[in-house]
Amino acid sequence: MEKSVYLEMFYQMVVIRRLEDAAAQLYQQGKIGGFLHLYIGQEAVSTGLISPRKPQDRVITAYRDHGVAINCGLSSNEVMAELLGKATGCTKGKGGSMHMADVKKNFWGGHAIVGAHLPLAAGLALGDQYQGSDGVTICMFGDGATNIGYFHEGVNLSKVWKLPVLWVCENNLYGMGTTVERASAVSEIRQKAEGYGIPNERVDGMDILAVRRASAKALDYVRAGSGPYFLEIITYRFRGHSMGDPERYRQAEEVKCWQEENDPIGFYHKHLVDNGIASADELAALDRKAAQEIAEAVRFAESSPEPAPEALWEHIYTE
Amino acid sequence: MPRITMREAISQALWEEMERDPKVFILGEEVGVWGGTYAVTKGFYDHFGEKRVKDTPIAEAAIIGAAIGAAMTGQRPVAELMTINFAFSAMDHIVNEAAKLHYMFAGQFVLPMVIRAVGGGGRQLGATHSQTPDAVFAHFPGLKVVSPGTPEDAKGLLKAAIRSDDPVLFIEHATMYQVRGEVPDGDFVIPIGKSKVQRPGKDVTIVTYSKGLEISLKAAEVLAKEGIEVEIVDLRSLRPLDMEPVIESFKKTNRAVIVEEGWKSYGVGSEVAARIYEQAFDYVDAPVKRVAQKEVPLPYNRTLEQLALPQIADVIQAVKEVL
Ligand SMILES: Cc1ncc(C[n+]2csc(CCOP(=O)(O)OP(=O)(O)O)c2C)c(N)n1
Ligand SMILES: [Mg+2]
Repeated sequence: MEKSVYLEMFYQMVVIRRLEDAAAQLYQQGKIGGFLHLYIGQEAVSTGLISPRKPQDRVITAYRDHGVAINCGLSSNEVMAELLGKATGCTKGKGGSMHMADVKKNFWGGHAIVGAHLPLAAGLALGDQYQGSDGVTICMFGDGATNIGYFHEGVNLSKVWKLPVLWVCENNLYGMGTTVERASAVSEIRQKAEGYGIPNERVDGMDILAVRRASAKALDYVRAGSGPYFLEIITYRFRGHSMGDPERYRQAEEVKCWQEENDPIGFYHKHLVDNGIASADELAALDRKAAQEIAEAVRFAESSPEPAPEALWEHIYTE
Repeated sequence: MPRITMREAISQALWEEMERDPKVFILGEEVGVWGGTYAVTKGFYDHFGEKRVKDTPIAEAAIIGAAIGAAMTGQRPVAELMTINFAFSAMDHIVNEAAKLHYMFAGQFVLPMVIRAVGGGGRQLGATHSQTPDAVFAHFPGLKVVSPGTPEDAKGLLKAAIRSDDPVLFIEHATMYQVRGEVPDGDFVIPIGKSKVQRPGKDVTIVTYSKGLEISLKAAEVLAKEGIEVEIVDLRSLRPLDMEPVIESFKKTNRAVIVEEGWKSYGVGSEVAARIYEQAFDYVDAPVKRVAQKEVPLPYNRTLEQLALPQIADVIQAVKEVL
């Protein structure tokens, strides 16, 4: 793999981390409203996953979508502006944190009803299959989402119709305050894919290179017309479910342990330096660049205009 | 009488009913260890244990379906939907099962169950998480739909709902948990299906419920300073719908404004207005006005969202228009 690819992935991860940190601050200042679900701790999942995608590959995810948006190529400016509900945001201030999208970047959204976007993903893939495209639909969702009927209907359909979908469960061990063990009949989520006869794999989501490898392999498989594939990626969210989560369901010790010993950015940093792929100085420079990019994004978002009142009436119907 | 919040009132009703009747149990997402995402069941898990305070997977159809099944065996489940927007994921079980079984099987199946759901907009949660679809559920015979506007009503009506042998959808408003009001000490029950005059007046009748009551009471204060005395009738229950106090008030004022947070088309206001025309046509001095949500999915942006939601000023203006 070329050095630039390694560095680009590192850069995207630190941009996401800094974007999320800035968003948390803006939320505390009351500049972001509603729910805010941070991606901190899970950066390697979507960065590694989306890195090998081709332009024709679609991405669709749940409400924890800021990082995914960045990985899909949305600018931090338009992501930040959306968080602030500005007219310059990627969904013009209408969607907010949970509902980002950019069709031009083949990013089909942030969806806030748990599991509801899985059948949609099957439909996106059906469109591609129908039109003879070799695009793959990458559909991301949480561990908790695998317990709702929508998951089972969408995944089953994909197998029956041999749809070009890559199903990706981000298993961060909790759905809000409920552990996987308390909510799911099987704690290895990939076994659910097994039940539908879909080839699957469990991957360490704190190791971005492992995620990238698994993704590249899975995308090849699906692109070849072999039907759906399923990845269960083990990760951990370092922050609460959303802002204001009292986190009574887990020990501070547990969180600290993950943060200190299993930080995906720290892990990758070490890998790059230890293997002589990049120097610590180079990586520090990238981090500084990311900090600048996010500072600029905050400036851009804060100085952007609010949507006009008439915007309330736009987009109810196509005309 | 102690002044407590809506949250405390609902919590007390649940707690007291669980203490009173061992058949009552709670199930829903994050109701246990978390203590309820709106902190209504905080402390319940430790006190009542996991047999009676059941955290569920994210599976609304299973939550409602299992509540129905358990109710048919004689339990009294209180199923919590984290928000009413997720009721759509359980629509079949609410509409095709809960609302139908008693009738369709000629009374053999009895469903003493409650579905608690949090509804309403105004918190910048975007289109999927901000709805007030109360009227949708009130459409179905076989289901009772209750939505209180004061802590006292919340407590008394929730107790009635839990003791009712019919399925009751109990809708709470997400922005009203901090609303305070006087609530009698001890056990009391408010019968479901009785509207109530929450503020007496003589000039215009305002018919409303839930969040609409909050904004109507504020509008009434402003109007009173201008010498306009509105009478506010709180429906409290959308099905069964008690029109008696509405009609009685209307016969006195001859003018009505209906205030609801949901969309105007096919809404609560449409139903109430039609019944006023049907039952008191001879008393109509001005066309009945409806104040409701603008007909758009709610946007995230705060200013736009507030533009779409009914405001105190809208109520004031509507009252002046019917005068
Ligand atoms: C149908 C539905 N039910 C409940 C919710 C409320 N809710 C939002 S996120 C969430 C937890 C989801 O957990 P998981 O799928 O593991 O994703 P994670 O938040 O861990 O990324 C719940 C219960 C919802 N949005 N939609
Ligand atoms: Mg999870």
